[in-house]
Amino acid sequence: MPTHTFILNDNQVSVDCAGDLRLLWVLRDLLGVHGPKYGCGLDVCKACTCHINGKAFNPCSVPVSDIQPTDQITTIEGLPATVGQALHPVQQAWLKYDVAQCGYCQPGQIMAAVALVNEIKAEGRQISDADIDSLRNICRCGTYPRIREAIVEAATSM
Amino acid sequence: MPDVEVGEARAGTSGISRRRFIGYLIAAPTLVAAADLRAAPPASASVPTVQPVDFYDLTDLLTDAANLTASLITVTINPDGTASFALPRAEVGQGITTAVAMVIADELELPLNRVNITLSDARPELEFNQLTGGSNSMHVLYDQVRVAAAIARGQLAQTAATQLETPLPKLALKNGVITAQDGTSLSYGSLANAAAASRTQAVLAQLKPTSQQTLVGTPQTRIDAVQIVTGTKQFAMDLDVPGALPTMVCRPQTINGTALAVLNETEVGAMDGVTDVAIIPHTQFVPGGVAVRATTFGQCIDAVRALQVQWAPGAAAGKSDAVVLQDLTGAELPMTPGLGQTLDQCFTFYFRPGDPLETNCAIADVRPGSAEIWSAMKSPIYFQETVAQILGLPVSSVTAHVTQGGGSFGRHLFADAAFEAAAISKAMGKPVKLMWHRTDNFRQGRVHPMCTSRVRITYLGSNVLAFDQRHTSVATDFTHGLGEILSATLGNLPEGDFLGYSQSVFTLTANVPYNFGPVTQLLNEVYHPPGSMFNTSSVRNIYSPEVTVAKELMVDQVAQAMGQDPYQFRRSFVRDSRMLAVLDAAAKAANWGKRMAPLTAQGIGIHHEYKGYAACVAEIDCTPQTVNRTVENGYTGPRVTKVTYAVDVGLPINPLGLEAQMIGGIMDGIGQALTYSLHLQNGYFLEGSWDNAYYTREWNCPPNNPPSDGIQVIIMPPNQSEPGGAGEFGVAASMAAVANAYTRATGTMPTSFPINHNQPLGFTPLPTVPPIPQSPTDGLQETF
Repeated sequence: MPTHTFILNDNQVSVDCAGDLRLLWVLRDLLGVHGPKYGCGLDVCKACTCHINGKAFNPCSVPVSDIQPTDQITTIEGLPATVGQALHPVQQAWLKYDVAQCGYCQPGQIMAAVALVNEIKAEGRQISDADIDSLRNICRCGTYPRIREAIVEAATSM
Repeated sequence: MPDVEVGEARAGTSGISRRRFIGYLIAAPTLVAAADLRAAPPASASVPTVQPVDFYDLTDLLTDAANLTASLITVTINPDGTASFALPRAEVGQGITTAVAMVIADELELPLNRVNITLSDARPELEFNQLTGGSNSMHVLYDQVRVAAAIARGQLAQTAATQLETPLPKLALKNGVITAQDGTSLSYGSLANAAAASRTQAVLAQLKPTSQQTLVGTPQTRIDAVQIVTGTKQFAMDLDVPGALPTMVCRPQTINGTALAVLNETEVGAMDGVTDVAIIPHTQFVPGGVAVRATTFGQCIDAVRALQVQWAPGAAAGKSDAVVLQDLTGAELPMTPGLGQTLDQCFTFYFRPGDPLETNCAIADVRPGSAEIWSAMKSPIYFQETVAQILGLPVSSVTAHVTQGGGSFGRHLFADAAFEAAAISKAMGKPVKLMWHRTDNFRQGRVHPMCTSRVRITYLGSNVLAFDQRHTSVATDFTHGLGEILSATLGNLPEGDFLGYSQSVFTLTANVPYNFGPVTQLLNEVYHPPGSMFNTSSVRNIYSPEVTVAKELMVDQVAQAMGQDPYQFRRSFVRDSRMLAVLDAAAKAANWGKRMAPLTAQGIGIHHEYKGYAACVAEIDCTPQTVNRTVENGYTGPRVTKVTYAVDVGLPINPLGLEAQMIGGIMDGIGQALTYSLHLQNGYFLEGSWDNAYYTREWNCPPNNPPSDGIQVIIMPPNQSEPGGAGEFGVAASMAAVANAYTRATGTMPTSFPINHNQPLGFTPLPTVPPIPQSPTDGLQETF
């Protein structure tokens, strides 16, 4: 069984498993990291959204063999450390607007929102409704309106 | 035990009645108090018989049934100064853990963060008081937990009075500390053991007057918000139960098919990580198929896809939307003869999914003499008693843990995954962590039944003389849990009278909130018993969205026939002042009647249920540039650009949580009106992913960056002494408002829903063999 190595939330980790095992199951079933959720396994619902080297991606659709030893994988558990705070500004905005209902999709929503805001900031733009429309994360509780408010709020402090 | 005293009403300072109840101090090492609401003030007519909803509705029925065991609901004061309460309901995002914590903290004079709420395991002695459904939880629990908390507070105060040698009236209770006038004080924690009752005794509960409540009625964020945003909130699949390995099921190509044989069991059993393969027969309780257990879910997916299975088809084999529609049309009950001018129209509502984002899942550890199950169950007692019977175990040997649910929307009224996990664990002789694949969740999971609703309005001049509605539906399954309550509560209903259950629920919910003369609303169903053909449930919510949309569309039609404005027409005909108030509030805030550009319009819808009143104004954009905008693998279509929703729930407990429930209901209403459904073909549903079943996405949600204010929820001030329901209350009025807005924008009234259902299919259906698709491998090509 090949060994796969990468950096997970600032820690070097190694797992022994088949190379085609999707990273989501490496995280959840082998490493016990449960923040990223299963919602479809089809790269559609985006509930498992995490970051690779600071960019949003969906580990349900990435074979672990595609991850390099130097790749930095960040899950919701490691998000606050990326800004050196107890909570990331997006998490704080989520609390301020009491965005969550059941909460199942929200780790993915937050990770996607962070990446989106970072991307828009890098382009030197203000975030717009059209930018938020591009988010594909499903929230079956229908928290979209508060997500939109929280993203706009968080963008002002990122 | 003494006889129960009927609650006594007297005027409180705010004009809202203040009532007294009997409760109990329970013999225990620490202070434990309980409520007794067996003869609480009747919510309705004295005898619970089925009457039109004006006299007795589903909320009353569920409340009366639950209150029979209110004395078993206890609040405990712990020596560390916290209070704890094991909530006998499911939390699936609707926010009842937060609302209940607020009520307890308020009544106890404790800070909110010192009230610990857990979800209670199944407690069979609670009988009908552990069912989460009908948007009834806060309505029934408000009095139960307040009484228990008030008794605990009274006992703490009494104990403090003795210890501080101070008369009761001279003590102040605040933030979990009792202080005498001389400044000496005692914390609740220090009093918990001394206040404990040595024998169980009945006590009069003195509830805080409404005017002194400091938390109830104030906006509070969810008690689990930090856990959620940090990813530490635990759902069933996040629990670490020793030996419970990932397990999935290979499912048939038709709904409710059954596995006959596995042709390559040895081969699949030898696949990487796979530990077990077992045929799980389809039964009344267990969806079934061929189960595989492996080290990871990724390996389960591989194994399910590799299985070669011989199947017997389910009864739905060959059925399609068109066939079901034909069967429904044939079963429509006749109208009474109409006199005068009539408007008559039948509407079709296609199947729609009941999928939460967390798929059906459960952990089960079934052993020879015991069983332990973890799942987000809304009817855990029914599950525990039934699974005990199936497994041949005494009920007391089955432990049913209720886990936090990742949404429900009617799906978890039934413990399908828990029954299935128990069957698999028994077959394999090992603990299993069962999770459904999303594609199965859409294709084999419970759905909102397809139905038709015919409305006929008889009118003369500017008066409506009669209103008739004939609702015809694929059977809705009420058997598990709610069926028991209906049988027990409605004396004339024998167990297993499926149409009787449905008709009772229909009669207890359907209503016409207008003065329209004689009203008849009748239900008929096809495909009995429920579950024999399709797997259905009260998917957010039971009949109301369809009954209301059909009715509200026709109200706009009759208003137009009379040359009246839809809002002014409703103002003239609504028959309740609370309804008039929400109607006026929504219309005013939405600036009803403002000038709108061509192909855009406002629409209005109202709804009465769950002891509450709602009115909604929606604005829609049906211009070609909006309708034809493109999103890759997504459905766009008309966009709702603004929603104004006024809601009166009598007594809002947590306005922030109530607003959240309305927002969620509005998102459902938008999706159900415009996009969200399942297409039935050859006995299975074509949809297999969220890019097929078009639930509202961000690009369908009203934009809300300033100056736009996409969603505005207006919560009416408290005007009752009890809270009504919230969980499903945002759906019907918003769906109706969107439908009416579409009609006014396009000049064409849609007669089938969702409006896009009969357009060419916007996706390529996933294959049925193998039943689940493989996960993509190109995820790194789409980072941002």
